Amino acid sequence: MEQADRAFVAKARAGDADAFRALVDLHSRGLFRLAFRMTGSEPDAEDVVQESFLRAYRQLGKFDERASFGTWLYRIAVNCALDLVRARKRRSEQQQTEDSREDPVNTAISSHPGPDRLALSGELRERVAEAMNDLSAAERSAFVLRHFEGMRMEEVSRVLGCQPGAAKHSVFRAVQKLRRALEPLVSTAK
Amino acid sequence: MTHPSEEDLILHYYSEGADAILVEHHLAECASCQSLYKSLEVTLAGMDTLTVPERGLGYEARVWARLEPALARRRFWLGLPMWRWEAAGAAFAVMLVLAFFAGRTSAPVVRPVPMASNFSSEERALLTAVGNHLERSQMMLTELANASAAGPLDISFEQERATNLLGENRLFRQSATGAGDALVADVLDELERVLLEIEHAPSKLSPAELDELRLRLRAEGILFKLRVLSSNVRNEEEPARKPL
Repeated sequence: MEQADRAFVAKARAGDADAFRALVDLHSRGLFRLAFRMTGSEPDAEDVVQESFLRAYRQLGKFDERASFGTWLYRIAVNCALDLVRARKRRSEQQQTEDSREDPVNTAISSHPGPDRLALSGELRERVAEAMNDLSAAERSAFVLRHFEGMRMEEVSRVLGCQPGAAKHSVFRAVQKLRRALEPLVSTAK
Repeated sequence: MTHPSEEDLILHYYSEGADAILVEHHLAECASCQSLYKSLEVTLAGMDTLTVPERGLGYEARVWARLEPALARRRFWLGLPMWRWEAAGAAFAVMLVLAFFAGRTSAPVVRPVPMASNFSSEERALLTAVGNHLERSQMMLTELANASAAGPLDISFEQERATNLLGENRLFRQSATGAGDALVADVLDELERVLLEIEHAPSKLSPAELDELRLRLRAEGILFKLRVLSSNVRNEEEPARKPL
């Protein structure tokens, strides 16, 4: 994809709208997936996708063509998602309940309603939601990129703009927090 | 081998550990490490059940349809010939001079708002004013975006609010530009265009026109940007509220 990205980026920088559209085509779904895992909400993820492409378009002139466009775009999206999550956190102090259709934990549970999971679902849902909310912005971003996006630690650090050691520690802390929060349920499942 | 740490086991799970074979051997022999590793595996495998809603066919086209108007507008502005920019610059300079004299002969005085940190108490008060302005704009746009009507919708009240907001918005945008805060200036610039559109729209909107306006608000993502900016401004402002 990187080769294709390079060609489209060069054309888009020269003002070719179709080339930018091709970049949108190539990256929309991946960006949505990342944004949804970062925000946990479908409409917010859609907003993040839009805002990320807009920011990318505006900053295309500053993009270093030797770098990976995908990494750069993901970095923009992570920042957009974090801005949104921070803003939402402030607002949601009053209205904490989330639409169950937009809750990734609930989505996961309801899509695989095996008997064991049904028995544990209430508690699991609560624990996972709490644990995810307890992750700091850095932990959540690093964990999503490493675990769900399958990026190696080096790449995670490039997307987050931090040292590889810092990215690793964020992933470690995230996994440790999740494991401890889910410990009783994990013991049951083992 | 000594017991691997939890961090080593996490790296091993993700196949990024340095001594994969040694860790495997150790896990085969050490019950406590095996138990810890199993617990990590179960936790992380459990996270994989978190699904992302499917995007249907044509998703990319829908993203583009929302994005394209905003990009087209930007291309239009960037593509203006130089003489138009010069004319716009001259008109802007005249406006500034007029605004200056108008401001001197009528109270209240609104001073430029530095958007950087290290605010004096006066600057913080102005930051509060910016925060309030963003919230009022957000409120008005949200009301419009959520309005529903079977017949024509009278938006004259919203137009009056848009006119009032426009005056403030121009001052804040100039201040942000002067302070070199491009991000804030960009958002205020977009807000200004939206407010102008509302001000110049017919005072009674048909359901189709209302839908079109809603689509434009959504395509520009202006509400999202206002939410984020407003939150950032409130964050900057917060230290001023805390007692020393």
